[in-house]
Amino acid sequence: MTDSTAGPRSGDSEHDGGPLPGQAAIGSAGTEPTEPRKRVIGTPPPAQARSMLGAPAPGTVGGPPVPRPRELPADPADLPSAKRAERVVAACFLIATVAGLGFIAAYVIFPVNTVLAVQHSNWALGLTMSLVFLALAIGATIWVRNLIPHVELTEARKPLRSSDQDREAFKESFEAGTDASQVVRRPLLRRTLIAASVPAALAPIMLLRDLGPLPGKSLDHTVWRKGLRLLNYGGNTPIRPGDFSSPGGMITVVPDGYQDDFNALAKAASIIIKFAPGQLDFTTANHPVPGKVVENWTVDNIVAYSKICTHVGCPAALYEQTTHHILCPCHQSTFDAVRGAKVIFGPATRALPQLPMTVNAQGYLVARHDFTEPVGPSFWERGSTS
Amino acid sequence: MRTITVRRRHPAAGYAVVLLGLLLAGLGYAAVTGVGAAAAAAHSVSGGPLIAEGRSIFNQECSSCHGDFAQGTPTGPSLIGVGSASVDFQVGTGRMPAKELGAEQPRKPVTLHPQEIRALAAYIASLGGGPAIPTKAEVSTAGANPGLGQQLFVADCAQCHNFDGAGGALTQGKFAPALTKSTPRQIFEAMLTGPEAMPVFNNTTITPQQKRDIIAYITQTRTEPNPGGFSLGRIGPVTEGLVAFLGLLLFMVFAAMWITAKHGKAHD
Repeated sequence: MTDSTAGPRSGDSEHDGGPLPGQAAIGSAGTEPTEPRKRVIGTPPPAQARSMLGAPAPGTVGGPPVPRPRELPADPADLPSAKRAERVVAACFLIATVAGLGFIAAYVIFPVNTVLAVQHSNWALGLTMSLVFLALAIGATIWVRNLIPHVELTEARKPLRSSDQDREAFKESFEAGTDASQVVRRPLLRRTLIAASVPAALAPIMLLRDLGPLPGKSLDHTVWRKGLRLLNYGGNTPIRPGDFSSPGGMITVVPDGYQDDFNALAKAASIIIKFAPGQLDFTTANHPVPGKVVENWTVDNIVAYSKICTHVGCPAALYEQTTHHILCPCHQSTFDAVRGAKVIFGPATRALPQLPMTVNAQGYLVARHDFTEPVGPSFWERGSTS
Repeated sequence: MRTITVRRRHPAAGYAVVLLGLLLAGLGYAAVTGVGAAAAAAHSVSGGPLIAEGRSIFNQECSSCHGDFAQGTPTGPSLIGVGSASVDFQVGTGRMPAKELGAEQPRKPVTLHPQEIRALAAYIASLGGGPAIPTKAEVSTAGANPGLGQQLFVADCAQCHNFDGAGGALTQGKFAPALTKSTPRQIFEAMLTGPEAMPVFNNTTITPQQKRDIIAYITQTRTEPNPGGFSLGRIGPVTEGLVAFLGLLLFMVFAAMWITAKHGKAHD
C-alpha cells in the first residue's frame, strides 16, 4: 500500500502551496494527471525506514524512552525441537490434505437418494471437513508456538490526531467532492431529495401502529354467560351433576357453542372438580377475596375454576386428587382446589378465578354468569375497569 | 506446600485448576440442593370359594397396611368400596403389595398369580361397591377413533402424562407414570378408579367408548418412530446433545488455553 504513495511526497508539497483547490477538478478530465499524486485518506504516510516499527520518535516528552526496534531473529532458539515441530506441522497438513480429498471422495461416493443415505452422506462430509479444519488449526497453532521465534515487541501508541497533511488533504477532497456532486449548486435537487427522504423515514414509524389496537376491555371478559352449558371438552357433551359423580374426578370443560373457537377457549377454558361432601372449605377466611361468598357458585360439591394460570397463562390442570392441589406445569404454581384455588406455592399471585355454576331446567351444569374477574395473567389495566 | 509452589508453573497446572474449579462448583451445587426427603403417605387402592381364597391372600399380603378387615390403617387406606378394577390395576401392575411406603408406588414385576389377583379382587369387591374389572370387549380398541382419543388425551391427560404418555413429575416426589407399558385394561382401570393422585374419570363423564378412543391413541403413539436417546418423551436425543455441547465447550476452553499458553519460556 505504501508503494503507491511512496513517490509523490514532493507532489504533496506542490499542492500545499498551490492555489488549486477543488474547483479546478470539477467535471474536467484535464486535471487527472494531478490525482495519482494525492494520498488515499487513511493510509499511512510513506515509510522512511525499513523497520516495521518505524523510526523511534525523537524527543517524546514525559513518556518512557521508546524501545529501539529489533530485527526479528530468523530462527527459533531451539533448533532441534523446531525440527520436530516442523514434522508434526507437516503431518497435520498432510492429514488435512487427505481429509480434504476424502471430502471430495465422500461427495462423489455417497448416494443421497433416501433420508438414511443423506444422513450417512452428511456424516462423511461433516467428519472429513471437520478433520480438514481441525488439522489445519492444530498445525497452524504448533507452527506459531514452536517455529516462529518468540520476541516481545513494544510499539508506542500513535497520536489520535491525524497529521496536518492528512487533514488538509481530507478538507480538499471533501470540498472538491461536494462541489462536483452539485449538491450546493442545485438547490432544487437538494431540497427534493430531502423531501423524499422524510416520508421514507416516517414509514417504519407508521408500521408501529400494527402493535395496536389496544385490547380495551376484551381481556376482562370471556364468552361465558348466564345459562351457557358446560361441555366436556373433546366429547363435547353437556354434563349432569349426577354423571360427574365420582369424588376425585376432574375434567376440562368449555362453553357450549365455542368448543371449536380457539380464541374464545384461550380465555374460557375451565376445569370442574368433584369433591366428597364436606371437603370444600370456602369459609371467608380461606377465600382469596375476604368477604366474598362463593359457595353457592358450586353445585353438588362440584367446583369450576379457570384453566388459565394467573401467572403467565399456561393451562393449570395437573390435579392431584389426594392433595386437592392444582399445579401449573410451566412454573409449578400450586393452587388449593378446596380453598377457592388460592395460591399455596409458586410464582402466581392470584387464585384461579372461579366460574359461577348452577343447573338448568334440564339438569345440566350451566354458568350463572361470566367470571367476576379477568382470567389469566396480570395486565396493565387489570382491576381498573372491572 | 512446597510441592504446589514448584508445580504451579507446570504446563498442566492451568488445566488442573480449571478442572478442580468445575469439580468444586459441581460438588457445591450438589451439596446445596441435596436430595429431597421422600414424603410420606402413600394413598392407594381400590377390590363362594374365590372370595375365601382372596381373603386368605389379603390376610397374608395386604392386611399389615390395609387392616384386618380392609378398613385402612395409618399406613394404608381403606379398601372398602374401591372395587375390583382398582385391585386389578394396583396388583396387576405390581404396585401392590408395596415394598415400602413412599410418595408414589412405582410399577414393579407382578408378584401374584393372575388367579390370585382375581380372587383378591373378588374379595375386595365383596366388601361393597366400586367399579368392576372391565371385560375384554370393553377395552378392545377395534374400531376406536384415535383422533378423538388424542383430543381427549390432550385435554385431560397430557398435562400430567405428557402428550405421548411419557409421564412427568408432580409434587413432593409424586409422579405421573409413563404409559409405555400399560395394557389397555390397565389404562381403562386407571381412568375408572383414579389410582393415587390421579383424578377419577368415571364412565358417565368419559364414556367407555371415549376411553377406548384414548387407549387407541396411547397404544398407537407407541408404534410411531422415536428418534431415540434419553428422549424426554419423543423429543429426540436432546439430553445427549446437551452433554455433548457441554463436553465440547470444556474441550474448547482447554484448546483456547493451549493456543494462548506461553511456550518455550525456558529457552528464552
